[in-house]
Amino acid sequence: MTDFGSMLFVFVLATFIGLGVIRRVSRLLYTPLMSLTNAISAIAVVGSIVVTGADHPLAIRILGAVALFASMTNIVSGFMITDRMLKMFKKQ
Amino acid sequence: MIHLLGELSAVLATALFIFALYWMNDPKTARRGVMAGVTGMTVAVVATWIQPEIVHHGWIVLAIAAGFLVGVPLSRVPLTAVPQRTALSHAFGGLAAGLVGAAEYFLWRGGSVTVGMTHFRMSALAAEVILGFLTFTGSLMAAGKLQEVRWIPQRPVTYPGQNIVNIGVLAVAVALGVAVALHPGAPWAPQAFLAIAALALIFGVLLIIPIGGADMPTVISILNAYAGLSAVAMGFVLNSKLLVTAGALDGSSGLILSIIMCRAMNRSFTNVLFGAFGKAQPAALAAGEQKVWKQETVEGAAQLLEQARTVVIIPGYGMAVAQAQHKVRELYDALTKRGVSVKFAIHPVAGRMPGHMNVLLAEANIPYSALVEMDEINPEMPQTDVALVLGANDVVNPAARYNKGTPIYGMPIIDADKAKTVLAVKRSKNPGFAGIDNELYVQDNTWMLFGDAKAVLADLVKQFGGGGIH
Repeated sequence: MTDFGSMLFVFVLATFIGLGVIRRVSRLLYTPLMSLTNAISAIAVVGSIVVTGADHPLAIRILGAVALFASMTNIVSGFMITDRMLKMFKKQ
Repeated sequence: MIHLLGELSAVLATALFIFALYWMNDPKTARRGVMAGVTGMTVAVVATWIQPEIVHHGWIVLAIAAGFLVGVPLSRVPLTAVPQRTALSHAFGGLAAGLVGAAEYFLWRGGSVTVGMTHFRMSALAAEVILGFLTFTGSLMAAGKLQEVRWIPQRPVTYPGQNIVNIGVLAVAVALGVAVALHPGAPWAPQAFLAIAALALIFGVLLIIPIGGADMPTVISILNAYAGLSAVAMGFVLNSKLLVTAGALDGSSGLILSIIMCRAMNRSFTNVLFGAFGKAQPAALAAGEQKVWKQETVEGAAQLLEQARTVVIIPGYGMAVAQAQHKVRELYDALTKRGVSVKFAIHPVAGRMPGHMNVLLAEANIPYSALVEMDEINPEMPQTDVALVLGANDVVNPAARYNKGTPIYGMPIIDADKAKTVLAVKRSKNPGFAGIDNELYVQDNTWMLFGDAKAVLADLVKQFGGGGIH
């Protein structure tokens, strides 16, 4: 059973944490911020792993595998390009 | 036991993600944030993978390998192409959410899941599919526009009744979503579900067609928020607090960036999405005397810069297009070596995505202490000897302050016109992306340098005896 109340609760609290933390992000870093949050939200990968890997009908697992590929692409390219950009920011 | 491990690792991953964003508050600690993010992600993936219900390991390995195969080259694109890479990654995020949503629904219909389909869960599923698929096609379109793909029109495409069509398509999708949420088991529900997905895919395309290049920073931020929300909806469907949290972090980041971008253009969300900004509005400015620009030679410009004590460089999308950031660095070096103080004035919407200019200049090894935000540089502009406008246009147009006839009226601008002398490098004599004339160029203290930004800067640097370090 989906626990409707507690999920909503988590969502609201996480949004407030997000707003609080993001507001303090350096304005210099908005581009890397976007690629970093993008990589983080690719945590959807855990959903794709379950759909792909569990004993489901073939068609379902194909959908899952495509989703897994898409999320994994975001994880890999998101973290790597964020780090690549951040390396370039030097004070002097 | 193994389930408990899964729960604990989800908590750990959530904490690491929050820290990752927290460390982004300073360039000095930001790379630690990437490490935290990678660690959190690895923990979450491994903890999911070792669960007993996962049996088809080969498939997972293959999909992950394919993700690396595409992801690694995507992370090595030139930094001028970062906006389209970002849009593409939003598209992938939306696609993953939409596909998992569809899979979940048909699993339940097929009877292979025993989990009950509550009205709440079905609503979340509909939301996931709508948000996921509209983000998918919308972001693909945005990426295509940014990459200047041939068959996607760069200029905004508008037609009468466009907003009614767009809102109509979305309204039908939402109405079907409500119907399916109320009767998930009805015989017509699978067809309705597929229709929702199709309408969402269409809506994504329709949403981006009327949007022009100057609005891209806002649109990318909004798509960022949608991608995050689709992950949240997926978390609701899968009952995963980790997904809900990570999606909420992504969504709030997109929301904050959208608000900042909108404010920097003095426009509302609805106005960006339904206003077709980039359309030229020539009639409004036809009146008034025609002033002419004064052209400056490279020698003269070099002299002006050399004699200045303070120079503020205002970069725009033109610098990115010309890939001129490394030449900018050479000019920066030549001038600072001669004791000139050089700063960069960064408008929040300069370029094609939030923070675009900062990344390009950082790539060229310009220290970030020289990059100054609009609000901080503007009080210094009247004491600035030379303002060098480099491929920026609308963000320095003084008409934004008073001319109600222009689409940029009320937009905060960098006060380049208040500097003692203005040098403007411009590729052609055409108006900017917003399709409006810029009075800065015909001001008494403005001198124009026409040409490709990179070529003009190379000539300028030559005047300083090759002054660059390279």
